[in-house]
Amino acid sequence: MELFDNLALGFSIALTPYTLMLALIGCFVGTIIGALPGLGPSNGVALLIPISFSMGFDAISALVLLTSVYYGAMYGGRISSILLNIPGDEPAMMTTLDGYPMAKQGKAGDALVISGVASFVGALLATIGLMLMAPWLARVAFKFGPAEYFALYMLAFCTLGGVGSNNQAKSAMAACMGLGIAMIGLDQTTNMPRFTFGNMHLFDGIDFLVAIVGLFAVAEVFHFIETHGKNSAIGVKLGKVRIPWALLNQTKGAMLRGSGIGFVAGILPGAGASLGSFLAYMGEKAVAKDKETFGKGNPRGVAAPEAGNNAAAGGALIPMLTLGVPGSGTTAVLLALLLTLNITPGPLLFTERPDVVWSLIAALLIANFMLLILNVPMVKVFVKILMVPSYILLPGVTMIAFVGIYSLTGSSFDMLLMVAFGVLGYICRKIDIPTVPIILGILLGNAMEDNLRRAMILSDGDWLYLLSSPIAIGLWIAAVLGFIAPIFLRQFLKKPPLPTMDGD
Amino acid sequence: MRGDRIFGLVMLVLALGYVLSATTIRSSFMSDPVGPRVFPYMVGGVTMLCALMMMLRPDPDVEWPLGKTLLNLTVALAALIAYALMIKPLGFILPTIIVSGILSYQISPRPQIAALTGVGLGIGLFVLFKFILGLGLKGLPPALMG
Repeated sequence: MELFDNLALGFSIALTPYTLMLALIGCFVGTIIGALPGLGPSNGVALLIPISFSMGFDAISALVLLTSVYYGAMYGGRISSILLNIPGDEPAMMTTLDGYPMAKQGKAGDALVISGVASFVGALLATIGLMLMAPWLARVAFKFGPAEYFALYMLAFCTLGGVGSNNQAKSAMAACMGLGIAMIGLDQTTNMPRFTFGNMHLFDGIDFLVAIVGLFAVAEVFHFIETHGKNSAIGVKLGKVRIPWALLNQTKGAMLRGSGIGFVAGILPGAGASLGSFLAYMGEKAVAKDKETFGKGNPRGVAAPEAGNNAAAGGALIPMLTLGVPGSGTTAVLLALLLTLNITPGPLLFTERPDVVWSLIAALLIANFMLLILNVPMVKVFVKILMVPSYILLPGVTMIAFVGIYSLTGSSFDMLLMVAFGVLGYICRKIDIPTVPIILGILLGNAMEDNLRRAMILSDGDWLYLLSSPIAIGLWIAAVLGFIAPIFLRQFLKKPPLPTMDGD
Repeated sequence: MRGDRIFGLVMLVLALGYVLSATTIRSSFMSDPVGPRVFPYMVGGVTMLCALMMMLRPDPDVEWPLGKTLLNLTVALAALIAYALMIKPLGFILPTIIVSGILSYQISPRPQIAALTGVGLGIGLFVLFKFILGLGLKGLPPALMG
């Protein structure tokens, strides 16, 4: 069995004490990042990429460390959702719906254990799914030529714009902003400068890490300064944490269904963990007999979205690793990590660097068990950390963002650019322009243009070549549908409102 | 309404400038059928289309910060810009103490606690980055250290 050989290879690398230690540190830091309101998987990982790069980790170590952070943040997001009614990150939003009411009824411990186990089930099943599906998809991806890749990038932007935002024009504009920024620097084919305006700093282009840290982390600072005080949270007391076996047994169906829905949502480009948890919650509510108890502290309303968001996190790794096309903000950040480490994701990764792929998968499997231990028996440790006041946390996060970029590039220009991206991110957030397409555009812009130009070289300038294969046509149709269909579906998929803070 | 219209207008002008600037990109002898200008034209074109959409069909307006909040945001922005410029000539510790103190004060306006936070973060983060994580940071002004 090829699969077991590959897994054996992966575990032989991942089971060294050093790698295990990195995975444990990653899980621990990730859970903290997820739990702290305002810091989620995407900005958390974004903050840590420049720092881990400056520390000189090799590719596998850095990848294990930061994907553990990614998985950990997905687990940790639920802690503040349940205790503070503030989602620690966006995918954990659905967990507040039933998690916070449960906590108010004095069942905070139960909610934390159920959601922790649900996270484990979702993430474990998705990692197994990743293990089975990724090599298969990598083989399909070998059939992709430049025309198919161009169509695939279009699909990623269209579905991200269609599914992930409220206004198609705004998300398309965000994608164009990113693509336009990616053009800055030397043109790869002709080596001619573009949009550099004679500024030497711009000849290498704009570093995507500068843009990511600016748009995610620095923008958060401005947003926080504007909104602080308006939603001050009153935490819920956490009593003794016991394992509620009866409730776990009662919610196991919800966990499995949530995992399945989340995994599929994660694989789709542009969907990601937020949609995964949303659909898992709505799906669970639709099949439940006691619909009216959802939103009032139904344990299945905690289990389903948590399983969904963690399964989606695992599923989202599939298109990212096999095709190099991320499906969500966080996987876009992980793509940035791979590119920083000089690893080009895609089908060749599976044949040329199987050690990277399989040690990553093995590390994820191990990380899941570590996270289960960290997040169920040791959850109280993280609840303590959650009490760090924001007047220390926020300046600290800002300084970490600066140190990361400074130690990476050593230039004041890049730090100023990062602040500028922070302002852009703040304005975009104000007027509801999604920032993830901007980042995706910066990351994929050059590859997208390159594939277009190579397609045109192959066809000698015939634009119809872009529609010359069944795979390409299928991808274009999916792209158009993904962009247009949500306009009609939006009225059916209204997000339920968050539970209110007052009222008792 | 206004926010979307203004942003749309700004993006329209920027996209126009982008396309105009793209016309000056020089091709080289190693040319391909598409060349280095077509993709920027496409990006600029779609941006203009989206900008027009934003101006013609704006979303309902959001609440923009005014008065004290706006002042707070401006101060934070100025502090961050100053930090980006100061960290190289003054080293890590001193600018970090000042800027994290300012940010801390903005969130919770208590001078002593803000000052303590600044000092704690300045020294604590330096120790973390320099000695635990091993990054090549300069703590004090390089000019003083020779």
